[in-house]
This record gives sequence, structure tokens and C-alpha cells, in this order.
Amino acid sequence: MSDTLSKIEKRTAYVLILPAVFLVFSIILFPIFANVWISFKEVGLKDIRIPEPRAKKIVKSIKDNPDQLKVIYKLRNSSLILEIRDVKFQDKLPKNIKPINLDERCMFKSNKIFCEFGNWEAKYKENFQILLKSSDGKTINKKELKTIKPKLTGKSDNILLNTNFTLKNFKKVFFQNEFFDLLSTTFYYTFFGTIGSIVFGILTAQLVNQKFFGRTFMRSVLLFPYVGPVVALAYTWELLLDPYSGTLNNLLMNFQVIQEPLNLLGQKYLTINFFGFDLKLRLALTTVIIFEIWRYFPLAFLFILARLQAVPKELYEAADVDGAGPLQKFINITLPQITAVISILFMIRFIWNFNKFEDIFLLTGGASGTRTLPINVYEQGFTISDIGMGSAVSIVIVALLLISMFVYFKLIGKRADEN
Amino acid sequence: MKTKSLIYYALISSIFLFSLVSIWKILVTLQGVELKNLNFTIIITLGISISLLNLLIGDKLNYLIKSTFFALIFTFVDGYIVQVMPIWYNIGIFAILIFYSLKINKYNQEYLASEHSSQIVVFDFLTLFGIVLFSFVILFPFYMMLITSFKTQAALLINPLDFSINFNQDFKELFKSYFVIFDTYKFGRYILISTIVSVGTVIVTLVFAIPAAYAVARLNFFGKNFLSTSILIIYMFPAIVLVIPLYTVFSQLGLRNSVGGLLIVYTATTLPVAIYMLQGYFRSIPKELEEAAIMDKLNWFGIIIKIILPLSIPAISSVALYVFMIAWNEFLFSLMFLDNPNSFTLSRAIQYLSGDAETPRQYLMAGSVVVTIPVLLIFVYFEKYLVSGLTAGSVKG
Repeated sequence: MSDTLSKIEKRTAYVLILPAVFLVFSIILFPIFANVWISFKEVGLKDIRIPEPRAKKIVKSIKDNPDQLKVIYKLRNSSLILEIRDVKFQDKLPKNIKPINLDERCMFKSNKIFCEFGNWEAKYKENFQILLKSSDGKTINKKELKTIKPKLTGKSDNILLNTNFTLKNFKKVFFQNEFFDLLSTTFYYTFFGTIGSIVFGILTAQLVNQKFFGRTFMRSVLLFPYVGPVVALAYTWELLLDPYSGTLNNLLMNFQVIQEPLNLLGQKYLTINFFGFDLKLRLALTTVIIFEIWRYFPLAFLFILARLQAVPKELYEAADVDGAGPLQKFINITLPQITAVISILFMIRFIWNFNKFEDIFLLTGGASGTRTLPINVYEQGFTISDIGMGSAVSIVIVALLLISMFVYFKLIGKRADEN
Repeated sequence: MKTKSLIYYALISSIFLFSLVSIWKILVTLQGVELKNLNFTIIITLGISISLLNLLIGDKLNYLIKSTFFALIFTFVDGYIVQVMPIWYNIGIFAILIFYSLKINKYNQEYLASEHSSQIVVFDFLTLFGIVLFSFVILFPFYMMLITSFKTQAALLINPLDFSINFNQDFKELFKSYFVIFDTYKFGRYILISTIVSVGTVIVTLVFAIPAAYAVARLNFFGKNFLSTSILIIYMFPAIVLVIPLYTVFSQLGLRNSVGGLLIVYTATTLPVAIYMLQGYFRSIPKELEEAAIMDKLNWFGIIIKIILPLSIPAISSVALYVFMIAWNEFLFSLMFLDNPNSFTLSRAIQYLSGDAETPRQYLMAGSVVVTIPVLLIFVYFEKYLVSGLTAGSVKG
């Protein structure tokens, strides 16, 4: 009895869950595997289009012969690279109209013209003509003839489905793509963005955890950058930071903080003289990281605030009795209470920052030393139009991600065992 | 009274005062008033003198009289002796000084003598400083976005710091950028598409997620644990690595440039979060209710419709708002999949607009305001739901 019940339960569970699993599988997991496949192929953006046989139908009347018409089909292979095999053609004629002197590749049967054109090589073109004659002496309705569209079919190789594989893409990724530059930029961006957002998250959570007038308002305001649309925020920052007409540069020059405008998003290095040493700061990268911190510290803020509000008040009261100052309380009570949250946040933000595309894309487009791996995926795939390369870079991202997740869980697992 | 505390108090409070005054000065400068100097030394000196005077006077004067007195001195020195400023500038300075004087009123000689007083002073002022600074840094870009949309390119080229709005011009002139983006750039259409895509995503996601979340929360089946961990792992996976395969497949299937294509992708990417958040809530619903329903011979469909749904309205609405915001703000997929202006979403349309270097910036900012306002309104209005959701599931971003 209970056996059948649990069977029913299982079946119901699968029915409930399968649609969601199917969708997620086809849109998220399948592409990850497809990336592996594509990354071993030489595919460009233009190869993606499946070759199609096409025909444009033109109807012309013939001088001095009102009951005859000429139909021209401009035939072509849409692909510039691939051939189409066994092209078949079919077109319907209105009643009482017949073709005369039909091409030998074709036949006429029950108001339809059938043709077999054989194989079309890439870029194939032909102007194919048919003469039509009305069998009952009436003039042929040109409009009616035009509205009927011919049907064409053919077989072709899909470049994505054949089994020619190559290691070229990976060789290029590692040896011709300034790979270590990319990797270090990505790492700087990810690491400092993550640390920065967590530090500011701690600071703001500490602020809002106190009682003051306008506290709930402050909490909403702090989340604005996180919930606002990235496009709007990135363009606003771009306008603020513009070297010539931007507000920030003009304000700084107005108050004589700087003499020359700074191209915060367009300059790769800024040399700073620091006690006689020339320090090279990666200016655009720093700006992009600051935007990153500005936009994502609210997540850290929320998590840490939620944790802070759960810290028992007694701990602080006991510390007061012991005569501890605010700093000691922060170091000895608050920090230990939030380390777990911080380590989770570090992982989440690290992974997400590692994959961040939109922010850099909108601010600098990957120029002036801000090219990270995700930006490179886009550039390879859509700017250079090399889909195979783009996929190869994606695979590298996934591999690095899996490695860092593995390392993280090893460390966290160890820590959990110790506790 | 300890000297260390005294020094901390005087220095930090005056730096706090300086930052308040400077922020006011920046805002005033942006109204086109010429103001070239933040007068660091003068303001700090004034601040230190006021904070010391505050200690000397202590409780001998009523605190209101004392504050007014300080404010008057400062306003007179800053707005008359150092530079002559318009009256509204001085009113602002006066208000800041009243606020500051009331804040430092609680410090007196005994207070500074107590244990840890120097630390407490630092923490107090850092808190105030932090609140002011963070609010400013966060709100400033939003403020500039709004203000720029009411200016004209020509006016901004003449004086890039004059963001004052002329309210005397007629309504049509003031909102010109908005009229232009709706008339010339067809923003009405983009709003419609964005709304259809976002609302559609919400509905489809809920239809898929509610049954799945119910199964994960309540039913026993083979692979359940594996499924619930993989939900989280899938959630961590980056959109950028999906882009190329999806692009190729969607091109071949003709799903690019279609609302349907976007809907599928958005639903799939938000499903993991939605399932995760919902199943957490479903677990908290008492099991007894369902057991009673099974006795009444309701099937799973009946259970979900009649028992689970009515009880989880808060959770479902928070997931719905969430998914809406993710779909509304989404940019990467709309960039990849849409290249026909007739099927643009708002985000994609703004990006397209900015691609043309000729587009005046006020139009760009008006567009940004249009895309930002709905999200912020929803967020502020439903903040309570959303914040609990954020910490439970956390939006991807």
C-alpha cells in the first residue's frame, strides 16, 4: 500500500519538476557542453547561417503576345561557403495556365511545376526562366501569379554538426591572445572589486545597524546602485567622468585639486610621484573597479546587516560591563560573528565579478587596459567574428571557475571540520 | 578631561564640518554659482574654534541659543568676510551649522574625561561622516542623471558646471528630452516591449517554478538532494559562457530578434533562484494542512492551487518582483539577441542610442531616467518583501 503511494509520489514529483529541469537544462547546461564542442572547431560568425536555396520570382509580360507571360526565378545559394545538395523546386500555377518549352530538369503535373536542380556550389546563381501560356485564351492575372511563392528544399552540411575538430583555438587562446595579460586584468578586477565591496559592505552595515533619524531611508538608498539598471548607471558614470565635459573633472579643476583633466576611463596608466618613486597606476582599470564596488557593495551590506541584527545584544552588554571600547567590541565581537557571512560573500562576489561583462563593456568596451576574459569572449565571438575562439575563451572561464570553486570548497570544508 | 580626547574631538568634528560644508559648496557650484575655493584652512580653523567654544560654554547657555550663536558667527565669516554669497547659500550654511552645533552639544568636559571617550568620539563622527558621505556618493549620480535630462547640450557646453534648471520656461521646453525620446526614438515601443518581456518572464517563471519548488520542498524522489544542490551551482554559472552557443542555436532556429527567444532565456536564468526561494518558503508551511487535503482526495494540482498558493502570497510576490527586476534590468542577452530596432528592450535601446556619438547626452539621460524610475519605485514601495528575498536568494548580478 505504502509502496504504491510512494510510487505515486515519485511520479508526481517528476511531473512537477521536469518542465523546469528541461528548460534549465536546455538553456544553461546544454550551452556549456555545446561550448566544448564549438571550441574545437573553426567557426566564424558567418558560418552559422544554414545555407538555403533561394528564389526570387519576377513576372514579366511579353510584347505583342498578351496571352503569354515570362516568369524569371533568380535562384541562388545563400551561403558563400557551403554547397547545397539535391535542390528541389516546386511552384504552383493558377488554373488554366500551362508552361511551354519547359526546362528539361522540370516536369509539370497537376498545376505544379517540379524541378530537380541537383547540387549548387557556394555562391551559385542562376536566372531560371519559364514561359507560361493561358490555355483558355484569357489574359493571365499577374498579381495572382506573383503572390504564389516557390518552395525550395536542399540538403547541406551544418558546419556546427560535422566532425572536423582542431586545437587551433586553444593554441590561439594561450599563445596569441595575450592570455596572461587578460588573466591578470581579470584577477585584479575580480579581487579588488570583491574586497572593496565587502569592506564597504561592512562599513555601511555597521552604520545602518545603529539607530539614527532616517535609518530606513538610508537603507533603501544604499541599495539603489544595486537595483538600478546597469545601462543607465554606466552611462551616467561615463558622463560624470568624461575628461572634457564631465562633472567630476570640471569640479576638481574648479576647486584646483587637479590642473589637467583626467581621462579616467580612457587612460591606461597614471604615473604618480610618491616620495620620489614613480608609481604606475592602472587608471581605467581602477575606475572600473570603483564602479564595480559602488554597484555591488549593497549586496555585501545586506548580508552583513542581516547577520549583525542577529548578534545577541547580551554580548555587547557584557563587553560594556568589562569596559571594552567601540574598537575592541568591533574586533572581538562583531568581526568573529560576521566571518562566516564574509566568506560566503567572498565566494559569491568573486565568482560573479569574475564573470562580469556588462559593466566593463558599457564603461570602456574593454579598452585602455580593462580587457577581462568575459570581454574577450564577446570580442572574439562578435567583434572579430570568430565563434570558435569565443567558445574556447568561455571554456577557459568555466575551467578557472571550477578550479576556484573546488579550492574554495576544500578550504571551507576544512574550516567546517575544524569547527 | 584628557588631552587626547580633546584633540580627537576638535579635529574630527571640524573635519566633519568641513565635509558637510564642502558637499553643500559642490551642490551650490553645480547651480552655476562661481565658487573656486573650498577654504580648507579657514573652515577647519572655524570648526576647531566652535568646537572648543562649545566646551567652554558648556551648559551655561541654552543649547538653542548656543547653536544659533555658532551658526551666525560661521555664516557671517564664511558668507560675508571670506566671500560674498547669495542669500540661499547662506541659509544652507546656517542650517548645516545648526545641525552641527546640535550634534556637538552632547560633548562636554566631563564626557571627554570618561574612559574610551576618544574612541567613542571617533566612532560617533565616523558614523555621521559615513552617513553623509555614502548618501552623497550614492545619490549624486542619480541626481545628475535626472538633472542632465532637463538641460540642453548647448547650455552644458557653455558652462559644464551649471546644472540649474530654469523653471520659468514652458512645460514643453523643460521636458523636451522626454518628448524627443518618445516621439523621435520610439521609446513608447521599447517600454512596451520591456514590459511584455518582464511580465511574461515573471508569469512563465512562476508557472514553472511553483510546481518544481513544491516537489523539492515536499515530495520524496530519487535525485532530490542532487537537484537541490545543483540548483545553487547552476545559479552561480555565468551568463557570458552561455552566450555563444545560445547565439548560434537561436540564429539557426530564427529565435533572435523575438520576444519569445528572450522570454525563454530569461525564464531559464531566473528559474534556479525562483525555485530556491520558493522551496524555502514552502517548507515553512505546516504539513498538516496538506495531509488534511490528501484525506479530502485532492490531487497535487488541487493542493498547490487551494492550499499552497493562498498561503504563500508574500513569498510569491517577492519572487515575482525580483524576477521582474532582473528581466527589466537585463542587458547582456538583449545585446546579443536583438539587433533589429523594432524588437529592442529599453536597455538595448539606450545602448543603441549611445552608440551614435551625435546623440545629445540629455536624451541619453532622459532614457536612463525612464528605465530607472520603474525599478526604483517598485523597489522603494515593496522594499520589505524584496529585502527579505535579497538575503534569502540574492539577485544575480
